[in-house]
Amino acid sequence: MFMRHRYNSCVEILLEHLSHELHEVKESALCCLMKFAAGEGQHPLEDLDWSEHYSFPRELIQAVVPVYQSNVFTLMSNISVPSQQSELTNFMVKQEAKHKDWKAAKLNEHKRVFERMWLGFLKHKLPSNMYKKVLVILHDSILPHMSKPTLMIDFLTAAYEVGGAISLLALNGLFVLIHQHNLDYPDFYKKLYNLLDPSIFHVKYRARFFHLANLFLSSSHLPVYLVAAFAKRLARLALTAPPTALLIVLPFIYNLIRRHPSCRVLLHKPSTEDEPLEDPYLMDEEDPAQCCALESSLWEIKTLQKHHHPDVAKAAMLINTPLPEKEDDISEVLEITTYELMERDLKQKQIKSIPLEFETATQLLKGGGGDVLAQHFCLD
Amino acid sequence: MGKVPKKRSLADKVRKTKTSTEIKNNPFEVKINRKKFDILGRKSKHDVGLPGVSRSKAINKRKETLLKEYKQKNKSNKLIDRRFGEYDTKMAPEDKILQRFAMERQRVHDKKDVYNLNEEEELTHYGQSLAEMEKFNDLVNSDDESEEKGLLSAELTASHFGGGGGLLKKKTSGDQQEEEGNQRAKSRQELIEELIQKSKQEKRERQVQKEEAQELTEKLDQEWKSIQALMVKKTPKGESADKPEEKPKLEEYDMRVRELGFEMKAQPSEKMKTPEELAREAKEKLQKLEADRLRRMMGDEVGDSAQSQVHMSADDLNDGFILDKEDKKTLSYQDGKWNIGEESGDDKDEDEEGGESDEEEESEAEEDDGDEEEEEGEEEDDEEQDEEEEEQEGGSEEEEEEDGHSDLDSEQESEDGERKQEDEETSAKPSTSLSKEELKAQQEAAKAELPYTFTAPESYSDLKDLLHGHTPDNQRIIVARTQKCNHPSLAAGNKLKLQKLFGFLSEYIGELATRSPPELATIDRLIPEMYTLCQMFPEAACKAMQTILGDAGHSMEEVLEVKGHVAFPTLDMLIYLKVTALLFPTSDFRHPVATPALLYISQALTKCPVRSLQDVTSGLVLCCLAVEYVSFSKRFMPELINFLAGTLHLAVQDKTSLGYTVVPPFRPSGKCSDLLVLSDSESCKSWSKKSLPLSATHHMDLRNDLDRDHHRLMCLSTCLDLVKRCCLLYKDLISFTCIFQPIRTLLSKHLSSQTLPELLQELHSEILETISSAPVTHARLVLDKKKPIPLKLLTPKIVEVLDYGKKRGSTREEREKERLKHKYKKEFKGALREIRKDSRFLAREKLSEVMNRDAERKRKVKELFGSLATQEGEWKALKRRKRK
Repeated sequence: MFMRHRYNSCVEILLEHLSHELHEVKESALCCLMKFAAGEGQHPLEDLDWSEHYSFPRELIQAVVPVYQSNVFTLMSNISVPSQQSELTNFMVKQEAKHKDWKAAKLNEHKRVFERMWLGFLKHKLPSNMYKKVLVILHDSILPHMSKPTLMIDFLTAAYEVGGAISLLALNGLFVLIHQHNLDYPDFYKKLYNLLDPSIFHVKYRARFFHLANLFLSSSHLPVYLVAAFAKRLARLALTAPPTALLIVLPFIYNLIRRHPSCRVLLHKPSTEDEPLEDPYLMDEEDPAQCCALESSLWEIKTLQKHHHPDVAKAAMLINTPLPEKEDDISEVLEITTYELMERDLKQKQIKSIPLEFETATQLLKGGGGDVLAQHFCLD
Repeated sequence: MGKVPKKRSLADKVRKTKTSTEIKNNPFEVKINRKKFDILGRKSKHDVGLPGVSRSKAINKRKETLLKEYKQKNKSNKLIDRRFGEYDTKMAPEDKILQRFAMERQRVHDKKDVYNLNEEEELTHYGQSLAEMEKFNDLVNSDDESEEKGLLSAELTASHFGGGGGLLKKKTSGDQQEEEGNQRAKSRQELIEELIQKSKQEKRERQVQKEEAQELTEKLDQEWKSIQALMVKKTPKGESADKPEEKPKLEEYDMRVRELGFEMKAQPSEKMKTPEELAREAKEKLQKLEADRLRRMMGDEVGDSAQSQVHMSADDLNDGFILDKEDKKTLSYQDGKWNIGEESGDDKDEDEEGGESDEEEESEAEEDDGDEEEEEGEEEDDEEQDEEEEEQEGGSEEEEEEDGHSDLDSEQESEDGERKQEDEETSAKPSTSLSKEELKAQQEAAKAELPYTFTAPESYSDLKDLLHGHTPDNQRIIVARTQKCNHPSLAAGNKLKLQKLFGFLSEYIGELATRSPPELATIDRLIPEMYTLCQMFPEAACKAMQTILGDAGHSMEEVLEVKGHVAFPTLDMLIYLKVTALLFPTSDFRHPVATPALLYISQALTKCPVRSLQDVTSGLVLCCLAVEYVSFSKRFMPELINFLAGTLHLAVQDKTSLGYTVVPPFRPSGKCSDLLVLSDSESCKSWSKKSLPLSATHHMDLRNDLDRDHHRLMCLSTCLDLVKRCCLLYKDLISFTCIFQPIRTLLSKHLSSQTLPELLQELHSEILETISSAPVTHARLVLDKKKPIPLKLLTPKIVEVLDYGKKRGSTREEREKERLKHKYKKEFKGALREIRKDSRFLAREKLSEVMNRDAERKRKVKELFGSLATQEGEWKALKRRKRK
């Protein structure tokens, strides 16, 4: 019994060590734990009724698995398959004369092994952050090296169905598949449309998402109702977006309207009857075809003309006049950060005179617009 | 070439002898320019040319210019005759002389006599010397003039104007009667002479009269003066007695006159002071107050101190600064204990210009003689010295207090000790004159008072030292006085110092806010000073605030990149944001400080996850600030609405089946999404609204659930109030309903008003009313109407024709260019031709010169040969004769 306790505490300590800073400690702790697991498998601590001859140290394994997975992931993501066969010539082993026939030297073989490995890895149920990590690197370090990238479809569609950030990330892989491997994805745009919710402006992968969305919507063969629905939905969502996101969204909407001139009714609809009407757009409708976006107008952008940030307000002002023909380049603003936006004002050199508050400040909480702070807060 | 001179002379002759019409009619002189086409109505100038005339003209011109130049070539000396009109034959010699004299006078006058007034040059007025006129009494003179004029006009006008003949006639008739024809008719000249004589006589008489009158008036004046003093008070009476009938009229008039006379003329009041003077005055005032304070601190009697002030030598201009320094010393007193003897001693020392003082004092005095500003800079060193001194003295002070001026011998060895002894002696008198209690009371009062002059702190730590240990009010006074003492108009370096002071102050404010507990009261007091400084140096203030904001924004960005989320801004940052709103206008479309500040707020509201009640409070402070920032401009701020909706979401109990989406940083559900849910619904009843302390963003002391619930309710009420304000602010936005849709569902469906206290219920219903009352219908979007593009006009285009027969460029510029090119070509050719002609002319001249020279030489040689030949011949003849 005593030994059991010691053993358990030892395992706990080792598990704690797994999150240690030093790599050596981590490594040895992991090795030790694996050995324990193996030993436990051979010599079960207690005789379990349900499995006589095969007992599995469940708890222990469960504790170790995420660490193991992450290790595997880091290892696998570091495997870079050489893209050309010619690069395969420098092996550690001395080369034979007829290395053409050598199995290891063939790129296809490599690819196949690589593919099998990844598929094997992805079969397991992964935690969400691992999911994200895999998806981030999927399109540029995994897909190009697979012999049959279409095998990834199942994984990607599953990820796309999950929703939220994971869907956004799966979009990238899907794009590669659609673009290069003729994947036909039914209701792709509908799902893309439903991906649009306020959180897209706040997630880390905002730039990537808008880049891809720009690509997906750049086709001029899309139906007008779809483009209008996207534009309207983005405009509606823009009412909750931070300034940096607004600087992306507004040119994005303008580009959509430019590519599809029939969407101009969103900005310009000289109506025969002058009566004002309620916004016919249905925000909750999931089908872009049913949401009546074309009957609506982009009043949201009109609202954003009163936005607090001068750049956003200026960008929104553009709808007052016919849009210029040339498309805006979104890639410039995709990566903009708030600090960069701030610096525009901070680093301005030619300031002639700084306007000052004329109302004399007497107290900390008084003055400066409405005494709101003073009403709710006091100094002590 | 012999032809040319011949021809020229011919041409000249022709020009001289014949008139132009003759030449024109002479077919040999005329060259007719043939015209290709006859064009009706065109007058051509050049149909007939006169080659001979034009050639002779050209040659003459060349002779006058080119030939002269050629002859003057290589000759550098010149004689220029500048005598006036020397070569002008038209001028008469008298005129010449007169002109020369006038020029001479003018030159002399210009050069020398501009300022020389007593030369024979006299200034006149109506022909009378001004110098003489000045000698006269002007009053008499003026009288005189009018009289004379009158007389003149009476007598002479008749003869001068119109009546000249009549007068003469009359005279002649009178004469006739008088002299009865012995001289039948006097000649006209005689008559005039007579007239002149008469007038002269009259004039003389008048002069005599005038002089008499003048004497009389002078005499009268003198007499008047002698009695004037007596009359002063009586005159009005006398006047009224003299002219009673005129009284009413006079009174009115006099009233006016006197009013005008006695009206307060703009008194030469103190002249408008320049800002520098005002600043100096303020400084002087402060210095004076400072001196008073110091005196009382020293415990001297008023009279005494006044005396000591009087005793001060006149050269000692900088005594205020000495005192100031003293004061610095006293500022850093140690155990709250005070030594009068010491202080007064020091003062005395200085008063006596360091007669018996030690080296330190002397050096101080020397520095005092120097520039004030220099002093200020150096003062810190002095301060340090003083502080050291004081440390030494600190101990002694206590001892003295205890021993009552008796235990001096123990300190004899030290330098200070020696001085102190003297000090004791000098200070003994005043201290004895006062009772001890009085003295102490005065000392206490003085101690509590602040010095009146300060040096501007050179570094942040200086400022901290300066303000350390004072009450908030005093800190404010200190800063204000520092600012006055270092007004930029007082010295060149002050501007920079004060600019720095703003930076230090803002840093200080930040530090005050980070202390625990935060000293917000002090910040509150310092705000006006910040404001004035900011008004003085907008650039520096802007820079300082920009750096603060930039640093904060940068660090936030960095943390974001690493972690993905940041903690809420600390209290100091909140204070900075508020100060920014106080110092700079927040309603500008783009402002170098306010815009980044607002951006910072928006960033914080979107990126900072809410994890505790402190975070909620911080967020609400930020929301308040945001509302303040946009309250004037009514600009839309999505982050603000998101945050408020999220905060309300925190209070929703049942998180299932939400009818709205929650925007990050809030989550629909999770461990921190129930922060504002009340733990006990009963706590509503005991709650009452009061202001949240700002320090709650920093540190909160909530012991039990009730306290926590109360805090939650406070947050909720604040949040609801802000939502209400936002509703009112954004009422006019087109998408108002869309924007407030989440809040509306939240309030109406999830946050039922029953569970809330009454105050919140009111707010709740008000908000819902405002939202639902907003119009939901809008007119369709239409682009701004463009200006109609003007129709194409079909009027013919008129092209200016500048040169005939030339290719015309399409545009105006091209045509102009073409024209200029053509002109240039023409001019170039003409110039070339002229130059060629010039050189030909010159060559001709040279040739003729050479030929003349050769001919001369030939002639001379011939002459010589001739003479020689004759000589030879004579000689031969002689020889032959001899032979014969």
